Amino acid sequence: MTHTPHRLEIENISIGYGEKIIMRDLSFQVPHGARVAVVGPNGAGKSTLFKALVGILPLKSGQILIHGESLGSHKDCVAYVPQREDVDWRFPVTVSDVVMMGRYGQIGWWSNPSKKDKQIVSRSIEQMGIADLADLSIGQLSGGQQQRAFLARALAQEPHILLMDEPFTGVDATTQEMTFGLLDHLRDQHVTAIISTHDLNLAASRFDLVLLVNHRLIAFGTPQQVFTREHLAGAFGNSLLVMENGMMLVDECCPPDEEHHHSHAEAK
Amino acid sequence: MNWLLEPLVYQFMQRGLLASVIVGILCAVMGTYVVLRGMAFLGDAMAHAILPGVAIAYLLQGNLLVGAGVAAVIVALSIGLFSREGVVKEDTAIGILFAAALSLGVALISSMQTYAVDLSHILFGNVLGVSPSDLWMIGILSLVILLAVALFFKQFLVISFDPVLAATLRLPAELLRNLMLVLLALTVVVSLQTVGVSLAAAMLVTPAATAYLLTRRLLPMMLVSALIGALSSVIGLYLSYYLNIVSGSTIVLTATAFFLFVFLWKRMKSI
Repeated sequence: MTHTPHRLEIENISIGYGEKIIMRDLSFQVPHGARVAVVGPNGAGKSTLFKALVGILPLKSGQILIHGESLGSHKDCVAYVPQREDVDWRFPVTVSDVVMMGRYGQIGWWSNPSKKDKQIVSRSIEQMGIADLADLSIGQLSGGQQQRAFLARALAQEPHILLMDEPFTGVDATTQEMTFGLLDHLRDQHVTAIISTHDLNLAASRFDLVLLVNHRLIAFGTPQQVFTREHLAGAFGNSLLVMENGMMLVDECCPPDEEHHHSHAEAK
Repeated sequence: MNWLLEPLVYQFMQRGLLASVIVGILCAVMGTYVVLRGMAFLGDAMAHAILPGVAIAYLLQGNLLVGAGVAAVIVALSIGLFSREGVVKEDTAIGILFAAALSLGVALISSMQTYAVDLSHILFGNVLGVSPSDLWMIGILSLVILLAVALFFKQFLVISFDPVLAATLRLPAELLRNLMLVLLALTVVVSLQTVGVSLAAAMLVTPAATAYLLTRRLLPMMLVSALIGALSSVIGLYLSYYLNIVSGSTIVLTATAFFLFVFLWKRMKSI
């Protein structure tokens, strides 16, 4: 990884589908190696933002710069760990197939994986503690193992920026700790991680920065700066209850997020 | 052994058999994408959508395969165009084009004098009418399609399994998707002669669905599917010869028998 300033700049982007704008005029900058939690109520546009960041949803306006260059001018720079529901778990691929896909950016269009690719794949699989499952098809894994397979793929991609959509929803404690272990490992390599989560405690305790959104930027900064009464009220509105002792409750569990109307999801 | 060799003394049977096997393999391989990407409806639609192309070629006394090919590519790309960026849902776009093309095709064919015979050949195939030049065309087109599948194996895997990964890897997903649609369209065109437009969809789906039950990775699935497709074609053609039944239906029914056998066998095993 030779690029020196790993950074991500979002400048006044608006994104949406057709006429509908989901996220309006959003700007923030992430310094290299930072770990950012993306927080907001259901349907606030978190997944939509991720789609824009990976480049599958074109921007209505504004721009996204990675290392000062526009999105798309780098290969293999962004790795994405999808939400569980967004993966077809019945697709005939093994764990090592999935992880190898992470190398496809480096492997030429018409070449086979090199020895180095294979080494990186098996190292990534080992690092996520699923070496003994490498030849199973992904549908045979438990939910946590499935997530670790995709984390291994992200690792094999050797990204500069890692995006994860709700990786802590519905996974076991081992997988959650493994995820943070991976994040620590990646931080040592100055990989920027941007992770959406519903878990405000995790966002407050284990992230450097928090991006609070609700169709627009509510607040961006350290957890202390972001998690104030005004900001949370701005994001969650009536779902926020402030107790007399200063404790704040957010009720936002969990109607199927209207942003994710994807069909497959038949994990067993 | 005599009953095996007897039909082959006729050259048209030799050509028919060769064409069926090639088409069986080709459909089965492309069918894995159809099954995995949930494009069964698309395959069916595309098969019917080539009807106007065939009819026009017939009226102009041109090559039917060329007419079908042009129509199929136009339809494939229009589906891609209509459904791009989700303006219209893909299956809606398919439904509209499918119905329109089919109606146009029937309208054109119904204006012909030899309406009934021609329509049945187009709908159900006429494997015994494969001419040497048809066979060449089938062979070359199939080779090109299979070569493309081999060349783009990795890319097709990624866009089928995880379009978001394809985006982060900066693959030209739109282009690859269109390429896949064109390959699918050409596959349908090639199978026109052997199983006909109405049964091509079955040859796309059934062997691949059978292979899906038996395998855990994409390449083995393709190979098993191809084997089932080839076997169905051979067995189906012999059945057609001896029972005097339209070859398209015996081929498809044989493939269906394979599927039912594997499905029931899997059921029994899991109990």
